[in-house]
Amino acid sequence: MKKKLIAVLLTASMFAGILAGCGSSTADGGAASTEEGKVINIYSWNNEFQQRVEAVYSEVAETSSDGTVTKLKDGTEIHWIINPNQDGVYQQKLDEALMNQGSAAADDKVDIFLSETDYVYKYTDAEADVAMPLTDLGIDPETDLADQYDFTKTTASDAEGVQRGSTWQCCPGLLVYRRDIAMDVFGTDDPAAVGEKVKDWDTMKATAAELKAKGYYTFASYADTFRLYGNSIEESWVTPGETVIKVDQKIMDWVNDSKEWLDAGYLDKTVKGQWNDDWNKAMGSESKVFAFLFPAWGIDFTLKPNWDGGDGVWAVTNPPQEYNWGGSYVHACTGTDNPEHVKEIILAVTANKDNLMKMSKDYAEFTNTTSGMQKAAGNDAFSSEFLGGENPFTYFAPVAENIKIAPLSSYDQGCVELIQNSFSDYLQGNVDYEKAKVNFETAIIERYPDITEVQWPE
Amino acid sequence: MKSKNPSALRSMMAHLVLIMLSFMCLFFFYILIINATRSHADLQKGFSALPGKFFLTNLKNVANDGTFPMFRGIINSLIVSGSSAAICTYFSSLTAYGLYAYNFKLKKVAFTFIMAILVMPTQVTAMGFLRLVTNMGMYDSLLPLIIPSVASPAVFYFMYSYLQSSLPLSLVEAARIDGCREFRIFNQIVIPIMKPAIAVQAIFTFVGAWNNYFVPALVIQSKDKMTVPILIATLRGADYMNFDSAKIYMMITVAIVPIIIIYLLLSKYIIAGVTLGGVKE
Amino acid sequence: MEKKRKSVSYAKWGYVFILPFFLCYFIFSLIPLADTIRYSFFEYYRSGIKEIGPTFIGMENYVSLLKSDMFKYGANTLILWVIGFIPQIAVALLLAVWFTDVRLKIRAKQFFKVVIYLPNLIMASAFAMLFFTMFSANGPVNSILLSLGIIQEKVDFLGSVWGTRSLVGLMNFLMWFGNTTIMLMAAIMGISPDVFEAAEIDGCSGFKRFFYIILPLIRPILTYTLITSIIGGLQMFDVPQILTNGQGSPDRTSMTLIMFLNSHLKSKNYGMAGSLSVYLFIVSGLLCLLVYKITNDNDADGSKAAAKKKAKEERRRRK
Repeated sequence: MKKKLIAVLLTASMFAGILAGCGSSTADGGAASTEEGKVINIYSWNNEFQQRVEAVYSEVAETSSDGTVTKLKDGTEIHWIINPNQDGVYQQKLDEALMNQGSAAADDKVDIFLSETDYVYKYTDAEADVAMPLTDLGIDPETDLADQYDFTKTTASDAEGVQRGSTWQCCPGLLVYRRDIAMDVFGTDDPAAVGEKVKDWDTMKATAAELKAKGYYTFASYADTFRLYGNSIEESWVTPGETVIKVDQKIMDWVNDSKEWLDAGYLDKTVKGQWNDDWNKAMGSESKVFAFLFPAWGIDFTLKPNWDGGDGVWAVTNPPQEYNWGGSYVHACTGTDNPEHVKEIILAVTANKDNLMKMSKDYAEFTNTTSGMQKAAGNDAFSSEFLGGENPFTYFAPVAENIKIAPLSSYDQGCVELIQNSFSDYLQGNVDYEKAKVNFETAIIERYPDITEVQWPE
Repeated sequence: MKSKNPSALRSMMAHLVLIMLSFMCLFFFYILIINATRSHADLQKGFSALPGKFFLTNLKNVANDGTFPMFRGIINSLIVSGSSAAICTYFSSLTAYGLYAYNFKLKKVAFTFIMAILVMPTQVTAMGFLRLVTNMGMYDSLLPLIIPSVASPAVFYFMYSYLQSSLPLSLVEAARIDGCREFRIFNQIVIPIMKPAIAVQAIFTFVGAWNNYFVPALVIQSKDKMTVPILIATLRGADYMNFDSAKIYMMITVAIVPIIIIYLLLSKYIIAGVTLGGVKE
Repeated sequence: MEKKRKSVSYAKWGYVFILPFFLCYFIFSLIPLADTIRYSFFEYYRSGIKEIGPTFIGMENYVSLLKSDMFKYGANTLILWVIGFIPQIAVALLLAVWFTDVRLKIRAKQFFKVVIYLPNLIMASAFAMLFFTMFSANGPVNSILLSLGIIQEKVDFLGSVWGTRSLVGLMNFLMWFGNTTIMLMAAIMGISPDVFEAAEIDGCSGFKRFFYIILPLIRPILTYTLITSIIGGLQMFDVPQILTNGQGSPDRTSMTLIMFLNSHLKSKNYGMAGSLSVYLFIVSGLLCLLVYKITNDNDADGSKAAAKKKAKEERRRRK
């Protein structure tokens, strides 16, 4: 308790020193920020957004050595509140803070929070009203965000089409393959030629048989292909206002195709899902896996650290089906006491083309600017050393333009996660098809107690 | 003496089994430490029995990760575990002494009650606990991790058994005749007698608090208050920004090394202590 | 007269000394428990970030739990516990007998004792994580077994029901057998050497010695171990949770009761979690009763009762 008090006193006196005034509401300075709070609280699950803000937001003065506080030039502090995604901790803590938003002291209020495609709808839901409409901040999506990819704007909007978030990244996915294996099996490693071999699912299947004949797996795990199917569902998992889960035919297609592929030996049976040790190892040089399906961040942050060979072995080409994987959405939190700063940050990080291009260059990220990415596609400065000098943007840009985002609901994250878990057992031969369905129903009702029924396609 | 040969055979077998079991116990630590000395890329190549050269790099990676205050975490864990151990043993001894040395109307009820709650799983009340802590304004502070250890039925039971076997009531009587006040008797006569039991329980409570994940994960929110197990969970997060399995091994190593050092230094007392209470009678 | 007054004032001290414990217990355990029980009669959960309820629904949560797979998870818990406990007690008995058998001349006794106790101190969650990586299909255990030629192809330990269950059992075994060994050792050493001498004169062999002397004489401690282990088993959580990523996979066959509770807590379903807690509370309550009964009745030689009686008399005399 005492410690807390001292800390509070210290911080208070610090502000007093900086602002030459008291930390309370009276405005006696001339700075533009006087009516704004002194602390901007940003909730996120990793420091990615922090890096972007530090890199491109011109008001940033310095960040404390432990990375938890960033000071802006006008003395305002950004407090980074980072909780891991693991076990849903991030959302749990964020939800807790959002529920207390009304009663929280001005400097404790959430000002900005981030969400991912999988659960963005939970927060952009108009009824929940935790993410401010961008227009309320003074951002006009029609003009200010005109250069963004349409599907990202749709994703960040509520059911009425009111945009309540914005992103700097756009995550079109590609097929990343091993050149040495392509050479061995197809006699060529040229991205265009390989692209022909994987251009749709039927061709892909024939190619998989070819790979299999030479002792290679096409993909590591059935989880790798899930997003391609999951992105193309016709109807949202749960229609807004209803409590019935409708499992799309596309999802069942994934189950059936995966089973077929697994039984045919096109997938590595020992790799169960993603983000585990076996999956990581499948990206190593010892592995027999031909390809992965990754967006830009996946190549840079997942494939690259897991690859133990030299540069130039991997290459990218078009995927069998356009898809999107990931994307962090920035939301202004309802009740923020720093609307001006929040607006500036959102614009600087997600709408300023120069900033976005800088990010693309520095972090090999596919950013949310249509014109910029078209330019990058034809610019050799954006080619990647890891990919042996290939320019991935040439392949990313057309995918991004063709992505149709699946209709969202606030139950998506649980549905996507649990359907994969339940059918994993089926794919591994532990349970039969019907039992996997029942297990999904059990698990989903545990996760979302308000769900009343699960409907399976005919 | 006649049975020397079979006995030698049995002895050999016994040693063999013991060596096997010890191997099983140590093997995991060995792998852990070996893996902590290798880089993520090395680990990708598969298992190797030989250590790598990345021990310091990994340590630095863990220590310098701004989103991940390892040293702060260790200090928090030390604070929580240390104070829990101290207040838990003191108050348990106090309660045990209170029930052992005095006669009062509710004595039997109180004792039965404590025995009855001995086995209640903490998870049962977790939900209400969180609400209570939030209402008391102690959410996101170390206090709710420490204060509840005042009431630890298991430690109480241990202390009570120990008192039964080692504190003659005549001693208390004698002290009273000498004019000692009750609290002074407890602090100056009883506590010294209970030292061995206190030491043992202090160690167990310390270890228990150090390893506790469930409650801190509920209560702690901000980074600078996180304890070691929460940090490990943070690092384990399936997040592509934290993609370094070497770091995870290093963090686990860092988290268990203090405990192992304490254990090796005090192993004699700990092993003696396991059997000190409860079982002795 | 004066003495009597004094004893009354001492009684007051008894209350003073136990007050902190009960106060603390009341605040941090009983209030939450009452809260938990109260909400078990309500429909109260979160959907997204919207709070639903609390609406009073009587026993509905209890009924729907009875209809759920709760009993299956109870059975899982029991199975997981048995798989760990049986080797644990068997090995512990064997080691305890060996350690206390002077004729065996075990070398480096202290070293072995230190080592076998070691796993008990490690964070269960960290231990489980380590197991998870080691026993994965491409992990070190598989590659070692392969290179030694013990197996021909990779074993998918965590992919099969009994593989996962055995791993959970193995971990519980490793974590607890040292502790049990040391307890049993103390018990065996507590047996008077005269008994063994007499047995030797009577030509009692090793096996007979074990079954007719040691086992009956250490029965109270065996029960104590059993009970504490059952209670620990009921609370089993960290190990299977982390090993199976909270799914209890495959097919929820490694899902324990506390994992089930945790999944309700995670979805903020206070009502359902509350009623599940009450069920668990009742079961642990019954177990408590059992402990209480056993610790009170299991008084083979009557020494405990005698000691109690003596203490009582002494106190009475002092009055």
